[in-house]
Amino acid sequence: MTHLVSIENVDMRYGGASGTLAVADLTFKVDKGEFAAVVGPSGCGKSTLMRLVTGLHIPQAGNVIVAGQHVTEPVSIVGMAFQNPSMLPWRTTLDNILLPLEIVEKHRKRLRAHKAEYVEKAEHLLEVVGLKGFGSKFPWQLSGGMQQRANLCRALIHEPQLLMLDEPFGALDAFTREELWCVIRDLHAAQDVTIILVTHDLREAVFLADKILVMSARPGRVLREHRVPFARPRDLEITYDKAFNDVVHELHGEIANARRAA
Amino acid sequence: MSAVVEDIQKPEPTKPLVARINWVKASPWLYTIALFAIWEAAVRIFDLPYTILPAPSRIFAAFYQYWSPLWKNSLQTLYTTTLGFLMAVVGGLALGLFIGWSKVIYAGLYPLMIGFNAVPKVAVVPILVIWFGIGAVPAMLTAFLISFFPIVVNVATGLATIEPETEDVLRALGAKKLDIMLKVGIPRSMPYFFGSLKVAITLAFVGSVVSETVASNYGLGNLMSSAQSQFNVPLVFAGLLALAVEGIVMYSIMAWVEKRMTGWAHRSSMSH
Repeated sequence: MTHLVSIENVDMRYGGASGTLAVADLTFKVDKGEFAAVVGPSGCGKSTLMRLVTGLHIPQAGNVIVAGQHVTEPVSIVGMAFQNPSMLPWRTTLDNILLPLEIVEKHRKRLRAHKAEYVEKAEHLLEVVGLKGFGSKFPWQLSGGMQQRANLCRALIHEPQLLMLDEPFGALDAFTREELWCVIRDLHAAQDVTIILVTHDLREAVFLADKILVMSARPGRVLREHRVPFARPRDLEITYDKAFNDVVHELHGEIANARRAA
Repeated sequence: MSAVVEDIQKPEPTKPLVARINWVKASPWLYTIALFAIWEAAVRIFDLPYTILPAPSRIFAAFYQYWSPLWKNSLQTLYTTTLGFLMAVVGGLALGLFIGWSKVIYAGLYPLMIGFNAVPKVAVVPILVIWFGIGAVPAMLTAFLISFFPIVVNVATGLATIEPETEDVLRALGAKKLDIMLKVGIPRSMPYFFGSLKVAITLAFVGSVVSETVASNYGLGNLMSSAQSQFNVPLVFAGLLALAVEGIVMYSIMAWVEKRMTGWAHRSSMSH
């Protein structure tokens, strides 16, 4: 099995030699096609982890290897989605989704000539996330949940090998969140994409992921790696099973311990 | 049941006059009329001499009497103000984009800009006169100098406040600084830019009139200062009124442009 993402003994310090150490001796691997979730106490360096994997930060020590290459600059094989949908209000939803294509080297040259093909792809993605027909609307005409769906489309339009999600559903109500869990679950099943999900929601992590990384308090490192034993495809009903809740409970205990240790 | 339905379908009785007037639309006119009415009444009740405060009726009479010079000088002032303002738009936009480009430039130039803006422009006029002689050029330049600051600050602010998430998403895709500026920064700063035009145009009038008052043979500023030296107070006020009208007209044009160009900003969360 090949690793798509491999982080080895990484130290990342902000603000010079005497600055805060955000992560120390961070080591983990994510296989191709795998769904990994990262959980931990707040301030454990989850966002730093995102920025390391995407090449927005280059660590002071250790190796970050993505798709077989040492990361020394932003890697354009990733798509990112944050809690804040950050749609551009002057573009329609469709144009927002097409934005990455205007940036990524591979697509920007052929975007003009092959516009129709890309638009069709965007429309298809909109349909997959349940936003069919909303492409011509402006983001501010959409609800928070719909904006987050569009945000997912934008993260996926350039067919990234790796999808990085930073608490994408944190600001949504419980029902919308569960709906979007299913959207993500189906996207992962249908496409050959590796996903790293950073979250505070343990049920979300257990429901979606194959593997859960529990991080320590700052400076962050991986305390434990859990394999999630439930078979796919998973139905929302499993979140009420005892086995499911046992895993959530165990994770909860570990994070509580990590907080206490801090 | 059917009786109720019939009741609803009955044609509405004609509303009373008070309900048919759109009070929000009418109120600017009503308030203006009220201002002049109170003014007129106050002058008459307190029997103020017209050399202190002329009544509106007297001012309108002066308007009628001096229509030709008022009109000519108004056009002159409008011309210098508009030219100075256009220079400020071009220069302010360019400098704003330059300053907003990087944190270092922003930090370095901002104090200089503040210092520059704190200098009273009336003190700059004599320098401009030494350089360019009296006339329209110093007036234009004063209008430019006074009105470009708000444009620069607003454009730079728009650029400097890009959401970090948006920048991360784009940078992770390999976007260069120029990409981020073109795709996000510049469109994002446009509402700030168009909003600043409303402030800038009124300031431009201040600049050109100050300069015309001190150092010009044309324009409303010059007209008012010579009227003042002849104790023709109604004409001074007529000049002020002409300026106010020009200011309101130009402001509404800018407000209209703002609405046309960046309507999205009034609906999205950015306007909060």
